[in-house]
Amino acid sequence: MAKYTLTINEKPYTVEAAPDTPLLWVIRDLAGLTGTKYGCGIALCGACTVHLNGQPVRSCMMPVSSVRASQKITTVEGLSEDNSHALQQAWIEEQVPQCGYCQSGMLMSAAALLRAKPSPTDEDIDSALAANLCRCGTYPRVKRAIHRAAENMKK
Amino acid sequence: MSNHTTTRREFIKTASAAGAFLAVGLSGAGKILAMSPFSLLGNEAEGEIELNTFILITADNQITLFNPRPEMGQGTFQSMPALIAEELEVSLSQVTVRITDGQPKYGWQQWVGGSNSVQGSWMPLRKVGAAAKEMLIQAAAKRWKAAAADCYAENAKVLHRPSGRSLTYGELVADASTLDVPKEPKLKDPKDFKIIGKSLPRPEIPSKVNGAAIFGIDVSVPGMLYATVQHCPLIHGKLVSFNEAEVRQMPGVKHVFKVLRPMPHKSVEGVAVVADTFWQALKARQALQIEWDNTGYETISTEDYFAQARKKAAEMDGPSYDDAVGDFKAACKTAKKTVEAVYQTPFAAHAPIEPMNATALVQGDKVEIWVPTQSPLGVKDDVSKHLGIPKENVQVHVIFMGGSFGRKSYHDFAVEAVLIAKQAGAPVKLIWTREDDMVNGPFRPGMINALKGGFDAQGKPIAWEHKITGASLNGQMEKLDLNGKVDAWAAETVDQNTSPYAIPNRRQAFIWQPTDIPVLWWRSVYASTNAFAQESFVDEMAHAAKKDPLDFRLELLKAQPRWINVLEILAEKTDYRRQRAAGKSIGIAIAHSFNTTAAWAVTVSKNAGGGVRIEKAVSVIDCGMVVNPDTVAAQTEGNAIMAMSAALKPGITFTAGEAQETNYHQYPLPSIGETPPIEVHIVPSQEAPGGIGEPGLPPFAPALFNAVFLATGKRVRTLPVDLGSV
Ligand code: FES
Ligand code: FES
Repeated sequence: MAKYTLTINEKPYTVEAAPDTPLLWVIRDLAGLTGTKYGCGIALCGACTVHLNGQPVRSCMMPVSSVRASQKITTVEGLSEDNSHALQQAWIEEQVPQCGYCQSGMLMSAAALLRAKPSPTDEDIDSALAANLCRCGTYPRVKRAIHRAAENMKK
Repeated sequence: MSNHTTTRREFIKTASAAGAFLAVGLSGAGKILAMSPFSLLGNEAEGEIELNTFILITADNQITLFNPRPEMGQGTFQSMPALIAEELEVSLSQVTVRITDGQPKYGWQQWVGGSNSVQGSWMPLRKVGAAAKEMLIQAAAKRWKAAAADCYAENAKVLHRPSGRSLTYGELVADASTLDVPKEPKLKDPKDFKIIGKSLPRPEIPSKVNGAAIFGIDVSVPGMLYATVQHCPLIHGKLVSFNEAEVRQMPGVKHVFKVLRPMPHKSVEGVAVVADTFWQALKARQALQIEWDNTGYETISTEDYFAQARKKAAEMDGPSYDDAVGDFKAACKTAKKTVEAVYQTPFAAHAPIEPMNATALVQGDKVEIWVPTQSPLGVKDDVSKHLGIPKENVQVHVIFMGGSFGRKSYHDFAVEAVLIAKQAGAPVKLIWTREDDMVNGPFRPGMINALKGGFDAQGKPIAWEHKITGASLNGQMEKLDLNGKVDAWAAETVDQNTSPYAIPNRRQAFIWQPTDIPVLWWRSVYASTNAFAQESFVDEMAHAAKKDPLDFRLELLKAQPRWINVLEILAEKTDYRRQRAAGKSIGIAIAHSFNTTAAWAVTVSKNAGGGVRIEKAVSVIDCGMVVNPDTVAAQTEGNAIMAMSAALKPGITFTAGEAQETNYHQYPLPSIGETPPIEVHIVPSQEAPGGIGEPGLPPFAPALFNAVFLATGKRVRTLPVDLGSV
């Protein structure tokens, strides 16, 4: 066990964990932020996607020991808690979620995409979200919502 | 052991202190009411008066409606309250919705499955709302000493027409709650509906975009430990010994013990590791050395299963369902031409992204369980049976499911969690890993469907036989011997009622191929496999008769206005009869399941480098009266993608007793980029509601492969298949 200080959604958290503990379980079980989900544990499904300094990463395969306190971790709770983020708005307007379980990961991948490409094409979306799996089949709405958010962000 | 008594109130406090809030206000006007999911139960808020079991109203007119149907993505937090609110005359933006918890007073409706929520609750919940409205009107009439006929309800108020006076429901609820509940209240005429039939937003959606929604796996109870279980890699193997002492020493580990995974047909033993954190439990599990006795189970293989089923289908007639007409055999003898085909569909995993999990606390003979389940009633039954305690001693907290598709109504994991919590003497959250979920099943059974048809000299179809061959869900769960018997359930979408193709000599039969592989209903159950065979074969017959597949169907269905209507709309929406460019084609299929008729038209085009790709998929669905058209569309879109998964992506295979696919790399799901544009058209209807959670799935795959045949000349009869290589 070792002590780690992490910066999640701009707040400091000090946790005690084995160095190989995946960031996912630290975020969920030790920091108590359960919006980030477990789906596969081996970087296949995208449910655990968070941002590390703005870049999307799969937290299920990232040992806590590899994350520095200076690095900013953003989870879905950090997009906004009041659903004011353009993507969250678009997600509500398009009624994207079904069960909702994959949606945190979808949103985090989409947020990183929009930062890199404010006007993504369908192909950009397909490749940025290629490894975000949704068993309920919300893909058509995810795509619509990303386009809608991109539009709204320009206004 | 420390004392783990957690009262509900303490628990709510803890949950909120941890920020575990869920937004479950109806947000029609964009308003989100924050509420802990664990206060969704019971009648705890102050001043709430129970007008009837499903409606609570406070003196200041706060209205709470109960949703008896667990939420797994199908929108019951909108559809169920809509049924009550419509008749109660309140708008959805002024109510709060709570889920019921399996208490007997909420009755039989507390489960989801069989696409039943709207179908099953359509009358009961409307009556709940209508009865309450009549009571409120009576109470107002009494207060005003007026005639009830002069009073009416609107917008959570009762109004007196002659004087224009009004009272809020809150002002009336105390009086109204003392009145008798009318048994047969008057229901609204559908033409007066204000809520039913509108695409209103789902109230829980805002909580699903900011991490606030609590799923089973997110539940946290004070003093909670985490558990993982190593089951035998060979399904059903027996536990002989394990290195308990060694693993017990690992960091954070509290317990290592034997635990039962109870399935309906067979209970198997695994080794549970209980630790302070889930990661510690997982690490310790990796250090387990277990000796299993696999005798008798090393030979289970899906290849053998299919070979045996094919052999039986070729050699046996099988018992007929009792809806046979004419004389199939005699007709075949007189037929000028016969066509035969055998179709194979794989075992499939449900693979919801949220794996199985449950959190349990056992104190003496009382159990409290927080569980993502399709059926709190089922959880109560199963837990009480396995612990030998009365059902009322099992308190169930119904938590959002992160997907289910049938899986979370099979409570092996829930009972396993309870057994672990009991032995650990502490609240325990059990989480199955993705691998646990994928290799242990239960699975949709692989099926062989053998079909034969015959034509007379004029090219008219006169004979038809469909032999459904494979595992029986009931057979396995109820341990039945189905040799020589039909499984009534297995004929979904192919019996005469659900498949009214008018062929004068027709039989449907069932041939049992039992298996030790655990099997379970999987979204649309046998309809998913039957319809692929039936609707592919109808196409094969059409081509054999040199008829257009649509015309061939229209002719055979001409006495069935509902089917005809769906097909005609489909043809119109897709401009079906238009000549398509070379290498492009459109395939159609129709199936009736869960009291809904659904059809798909799938357009494919040939790739330059080989194979085909799906260009577009268009659905027409007739599900009777609709509560929320947007939810119908969402479910139908989801059904197309789940159908693609089962048709185009690898299935689950067993070799030497072991499932070979362990995670999403070997059991991949369709991705966003593989999903074609999907269009859903809902047929306007005044018929009683049918289901929507499943009926969109069965006809998708056959429509796709009927298009593939037209584009490539290749008839796909064995699934899965890779579209890149057809
Ligand atoms: S849980 Fe990390 S990608 Fe699936
Ligand atoms: S919404 Fe259920 S898995 Fe995506």
